[in-house]
Amino acid sequence: MKMHQATRSRINLDRVATVNQIIPFSCVDGPGSRLVIFLQGCNFNCKNCHNPHTIDWCDSCGDCVPTCPEKALTLITDDNKSQVIWDQQLCTQCDICLSVCPKQSTPKTLRYSVEELLTLIRAQMHFINGITISGGEASLQLPFIIALFREMQSSKDLAHLSCMIDSNGSLSLNGWQQVLPFIQGAMIDLKSWQQDTHRYITGRDNHRVFSALKLLAEQGKLYEVRLLHIPEISDFDSEIDAVASYLAQLPAAVRIKLNAFQHHGVTGDALMWPSCTEAQIHQLANALTQRGVNNLILPNLYL
Amino acid sequence: MAIQERLSQITRDLNLSPKQKSNFLALEADSSLPYVAVSEDVTQAMDSGIICDMFEGHAPFKPRYVLPDYAKYLKQGSEYLELSPAQDLDEALNALTILYHHVPSVTNIPVYLGQLDEVLLPFCQGIDTESLYRKLKLFWIMLDRTLPDAFMHVNIGPTDNIVCRTILRIDAELKQIAPNLTFMYDPQVTPDELLQVAASNICECSKPHIANYPMHANSYDEKGFGIVSCYNSLPLAGGANTLVRLNLKEIALRANDISDFFDNTLPQYCQLTYELINARCQYLHQESNFFSSFLVKEGLIEESRFAPMFGIYGMAEAVNILQGNPELTESHTEKPSPHYGHHQAANELGHKISKALDTIVKSTPVDYGYNGRALLHSQGGISLDKDVTPGVRIPYGTEPNPIAHIKALAEHHQYYTSGISDILTIDETVKSNPQAMFQLCKGALNLGFREFTANVASNDLVRVTGYMIKLSDIARFKEAGSRTNTTGLGAEAAINTKILERQPRVVAHENAPSYAKSN
Repeated sequence: MKMHQATRSRINLDRVATVNQIIPFSCVDGPGSRLVIFLQGCNFNCKNCHNPHTIDWCDSCGDCVPTCPEKALTLITDDNKSQVIWDQQLCTQCDICLSVCPKQSTPKTLRYSVEELLTLIRAQMHFINGITISGGEASLQLPFIIALFREMQSSKDLAHLSCMIDSNGSLSLNGWQQVLPFIQGAMIDLKSWQQDTHRYITGRDNHRVFSALKLLAEQGKLYEVRLLHIPEISDFDSEIDAVASYLAQLPAAVRIKLNAFQHHGVTGDALMWPSCTEAQIHQLANALTQRGVNNLILPNLYL
Repeated sequence: MAIQERLSQITRDLNLSPKQKSNFLALEADSSLPYVAVSEDVTQAMDSGIICDMFEGHAPFKPRYVLPDYAKYLKQGSEYLELSPAQDLDEALNALTILYHHVPSVTNIPVYLGQLDEVLLPFCQGIDTESLYRKLKLFWIMLDRTLPDAFMHVNIGPTDNIVCRTILRIDAELKQIAPNLTFMYDPQVTPDELLQVAASNICECSKPHIANYPMHANSYDEKGFGIVSCYNSLPLAGGANTLVRLNLKEIALRANDISDFFDNTLPQYCQLTYELINARCQYLHQESNFFSSFLVKEGLIEESRFAPMFGIYGMAEAVNILQGNPELTESHTEKPSPHYGHHQAANELGHKISKALDTIVKSTPVDYGYNGRALLHSQGGISLDKDVTPGVRIPYGTEPNPIAHIKALAEHHQYYTSGISDILTIDETVKSNPQAMFQLCKGALNLGFREFTANVASNDLVRVTGYMIKLSDIARFKEAGSRTNTTGLGAEAAINTKILERQPRVVAHENAPSYAKSN
């Protein structure tokens, strides 16, 4: 039996994720101060994405390699498989590689094992209240998330840290059932109300998002629902009655966070969309409040 | 004559109040006297910017910082001020207001207003919460309007009490620049919930500063200490007779290599610093007659509890120079770099310099000191400093994330008995998440920070979803796109103007110690 546990632990510790970025101190990704791990890769393709280079996986085409002014990128071939190698020491974060990438990806990702992340978390543990895994879409690397959170919760020194997921809600119910025992809460984006609008913005249906919201709410693990207001594009204002009555029936503790669409980081068509002003957010917030939606969280900055 | 022209310029200045003009005229008069007698080497070191006397004047006739024993004063009254012992809260507040106008300092405004919860609690029995709130609020407004210096400091905590909580409530509500506020935190005594209140206040108004109470208390005797001015920790019923600071950057520039720095240059300039300290103290203690003041006669201060502050600044530049690092730019912040604040070896060299300074300061006797010694201080800079970073701080604009920032500097804190002024820049998103501020503060104190100071307002960095961005970049971005969206700019300008509105009335003399013509 002991042997079995040790083996499982070893398997957990060796699991690896592709990480786009780690922010050691964040105030906007769940309760208190949090270390946030942004995983690479997303199954939505939102036109308004402000981090579009987190969407695709790098296929090592090598197009970015010659454009790097610091020569921080090299293309190597190993076993007939090519791979772009990123030298963090040489990189100045000028982001030219991102702008020339023919996909929506980046050569600047790192591979972290659960064991390596535990070391990193231990170095920060006195400063944080918990860990949030975000993305890209976090749930695309679900076995890694479960392994990391399982190891944290079975370590005496880390068990007090809360574990949360920031997700687009596309994970299947079966997937959520697997991860639920290991998380204290989830933050879910609701990109729009109507199916057509959702498909226009994200390229995907929103059935799964609503199923996920329902399950998480029932299980008391829905920490926050996030609505990104894009004037003239998203439909929270035009569908205000339906949206409000849906949000109002969620458990009272669920935070309803309104985000204002801005152009920073956005590429393509969505740059033609109007950005959202403070007045427009207040208008939406008032309309929701009048219809019985409480616990609204408004942006503290409009950038 | 140059001096007359200068005096005349002060009297005609557009922006200074009559009182501020008087202060600057007095400074000029003091500066026209012959300097206290020092050797040619000291004069040369001062002229070349290696040693700095903080513009305290040529003939020091008052100590830099004075920390009267206010509790004793209220208990015994004052013969000189013709006041009997205070009987109730109104009398206590009135008596304090009077004494504040008789406590000198380098700025002529008291830098220490007392451990106010401890001082006022004996007079609060039978007073209901609302009356206490109203009385203290008026007192708070009076302080800001009559003694408008941002360096004037009140202390509260570490115990949980009604005065402490009421002051925190008022301070968050009024958001005044003065008085400055330090909350003492002792993990054995202070409830977490009270620290959370203080942390929420920081999010509201960048105050209070959180002091590591046990760490400060262990540095002084049972008579205690106070936090004054820009986070200086000094003996209660005493203070600092002078502050002389050493520019570590200039010293590093004069060293051939790291071992020359430690073996020769640093000890040599420390010795000159001591010569200046002793010369200034001799004038104050022997010539000026300051210590025949009623403050001494009535036992509110004791001459033996005054110590010179041995200040240092420019640690970041010193380390980078000694290591031969290229000039630091803001683009280095997001990537690994060999610089101070960002690299283990650079940080460790910094710690080694602090340790060497600590050894020198703890073993060098002074003529007038606390237990015969000066107290080491990491000095927070003055407005005239150019291309040199205050104290042991990481250069502004190049700070790493708050956790890495704390880890890089924590090791220094044990050495700076009379205070270390580090400012953590935290992006504005923390304002709606005070729990994060609380946790960061606890983490910092737990790691050995003497004082936790967070700056939320003037931070250029902000977290938007996944990434840290620069507000200045956003401003440029918005400007470029302003044909489609101009509303944001108006709001930003309004915010900026509001900040500017406050500057003329509330000054910070200590930060700008000499007259400079404003345009």
